[in-house]
Amino acid sequence: MNIAWGDLGVVFLVSFGAAVGVIVLFTVGVTVLSPAQDASGGLHEVHLGVRRAVAGLCFLACALAVLYGLYLIVFKA
Amino acid sequence: MQTIVLLTIVTALLFDFTNGFHDTANAMATSIATGALQPKVAVLISGALNLVGAFLSVTVAKTISSGLVNEAKITPVVIFCGLVGAIMWNLLTWLLGLPSSSSHALFGGLIGATWVAAGADAVKFASVINKVLIPAFTAPLVAGVVALTGTYLAYRISRRADHDAVSGGFKVGQVASASLVSLAHGTNDAQKTMGVITLLLITAGTLPPGSGPPFWVILAAGLSIALGTYLGGWRIIRTLGKRITEIETPQGFAAETTSTAVLLVSTKLGFPLSTTQVCTGSIFGAGAGKKLADVRWNLAGQMVLAWALTLPSAAIVAGVAAWTALGFPGGTVVVAVAAVAIAAGIYALSRREPIDASNVNAPVVGSALAPAVAGGVA
Repeated sequence: MNIAWGDLGVVFLVSFGAAVGVIVLFTVGVTVLSPAQDASGGLHEVHLGVRRAVAGLCFLACALAVLYGLYLIVFKA
Repeated sequence: MQTIVLLTIVTALLFDFTNGFHDTANAMATSIATGALQPKVAVLISGALNLVGAFLSVTVAKTISSGLVNEAKITPVVIFCGLVGAIMWNLLTWLLGLPSSSSHALFGGLIGATWVAAGADAVKFASVINKVLIPAFTAPLVAGVVALTGTYLAYRISRRADHDAVSGGFKVGQVASASLVSLAHGTNDAQKTMGVITLLLITAGTLPPGSGPPFWVILAAGLSIALGTYLGGWRIIRTLGKRITEIETPQGFAAETTSTAVLLVSTKLGFPLSTTQVCTGSIFGAGAGKKLADVRWNLAGQMVLAWALTLPSAAIVAGVAAWTALGFPGGTVVVAVAAVAIAAGIYALSRREPIDASNVNAPVVGSALAPAVAGGVA
């Protein structure tokens, strides 16, 4: 019996990278835009303009990941 | 076209309809539970994207019609009986609110009916294990691990930010992530029915062996699953959105993102992967990623039992149906009438304790959980 363990491994690794990557980026974007819970928030001592730029880049990266997903569905499946 | 072929196409589309309302929960339960989408809006989006998804890929349809059973040995009656077995199991698990796999029900039905009609030789068991069982039992584990990691990191990274602001941000993200799950669901599940109808047309001699699904098959399958999705399987939505764990927006986002990634990658590799098992795994993972004790693991036990029973149960029902349909004159009519009667009975039972858009998010009675705290790693 020839079990396609290799394919399953690929499914796991690619899914892990894509999903965890998008989740982390989106979380960083949301976090830097949110006010700090208390005065000591490390990320929140950074200048607002810088935080907005970081958030913009994070959301842009997420949007690109979504577009790539759509591209895979529409053209490669 | 023969009457039996027409009857079987209608039955296949009915199966697709049950597949839709059985699986609405996979894409939308977490968004409905967190309030990211109104229940009615959620099912509308999900239905529309399922229809779109049906047109986007035919990879899985080809795998099913040429993979699991020997196409030369089965007849339209066999496919009809297989579908009856699958529909019966889908309706029963819907009544119980259990998110069992529609794909396993379909595979089980086809296998059971083929076995009775043509003998065990006509079933390609190596294919069944490789293409169905192993991916299906690893899918929830893969999704669970990915969602757990993502959820843990999401709470870790955002722990010092204002909870309400973070929760609102993820609520917006959930609209996108839930929509993508629906699209991925459409690319996966509508194709199972296309695969069955294509297989039927091949066995009836209307299409040459190895054909892909014709356009009208894609359209009809897409519409059936979209309609089923829109009507919504509220009983299962409630189980996935409320009964497994109290879901917050970061968990919903993590679960949906994970499900999308796993489904897209597996679709691309041509596995007929169970959407249900991927999405359920993601929700358990997202629950565990925040706080292990918040997850109702006893419910996981019930679900795993239902999953293990799905393929053999649908196979047994389909086997009995095939034995009846092939063994007696007019047997097919008996099977059809019995199936309609059982379906009507299950629907009548469901009306005793209806769950719909109005009460899908009602608090779970007898909860062992502490009141949900908004955000933060405990």
